[in-house]
Amino acid sequence: MNTLGYFVEQYVMLAAALFTLGCIGFLVRRNVLVQLMSIELMLNAVNLMLVAFNRQHMADLNGQVFAFFIIAVAAAEVAVGLAIVLAFYRLKSSVQSDEADQLRH
Amino acid sequence: MTVGNVFFVVASVVALVGALMTIASRSPIRSAVGLLITIVGIAALFLMLNAQFLAAIQLIVYAGAVVVLFVFVIMLLGPDAGDGEGTIARARLARYGAGAFFGFIALAAAHLVSRSELVAHRFKVAPAAHGSVEGIGSLLFNSMVIPFELATALLIVAVVGAIAVARGKPHVRRESKSASPTARMFHGPLMARDAQRPLPTKAERAAKAAGGA
Repeated sequence: MNTLGYFVEQYVMLAAALFTLGCIGFLVRRNVLVQLMSIELMLNAVNLMLVAFNRQHMADLNGQVFAFFIIAVAAAEVAVGLAIVLAFYRLKSSVQSDEADQLRH
Repeated sequence: MTVGNVFFVVASVVALVGALMTIASRSPIRSAVGLLITIVGIAALFLMLNAQFLAAIQLIVYAGAVVVLFVFVIMLLGPDAGDGEGTIARARLARYGAGAFFGFIALAAAHLVSRSELVAHRFKVAPAAHGSVEGIGSLLFNSMVIPFELATALLIVAVVGAIAVARGKPHVRRESKSASPTARMFHGPLMARDAQRPLPTKAERAAKAAGGA
């Protein structure tokens, strides 16, 4: 019985687990760097899901091309996000997200 | 167990362990290594799903660029990149409560799916061209050419924006510490040489404009 890895449901479950871990990390952690990494985890889980569904429906390659664009957007997002982290660190000397309270006063 | 089964199980476990390491490590450099492990595991799963081109792109872009960028920033920040000392107890309760709530929702969804009577979908045999560079390339440069070009524009704008945001103003740090953070960020002259110079009056500016023209 070679079943593991040949059913789309297994990939969907794995992607859901990865997405959940990323979301919990984003919500629980206070470090902005780790929060950005959690966002990357969630994007990767979505990519895995898109590619798995594209493997199921092999009429075209739209799912893989969609994942390709998501990778490009994620790279741009990380570049800008880390620049914002650096600016935030210059302002506050900290990378904890609850220090970002400039708008409160 | 065939080779494919073992490959899938190992890659899945690697990805999950890396994800756990990312969100649970105290030091951000370990989180970055966990992200790297997850990315390698997902690239292996892409190979399993006939997405060879995406597996290569995943390794080049994520493992080669994104994780390295994270490591550079952690290195720049030094020991300050770690977790600070304690926070407000109420805020901590809110964070952990939100995380537990989302985890509970995910578990409930998994339970509902496991109880439903869905038919499992086994993959059909894929044609050799599925996921090849030729297939993705012909799609990217024919019907998807406009999104592709827009993605290049997005990357250029992102790089310029990242430089503009991260560079900052060099004179700001030399000012007194007593100024508020907002004042340090937004007020004061743009160039250090203008610090002692009074602003020109309206008549002076008009005369200069007339002289220059």
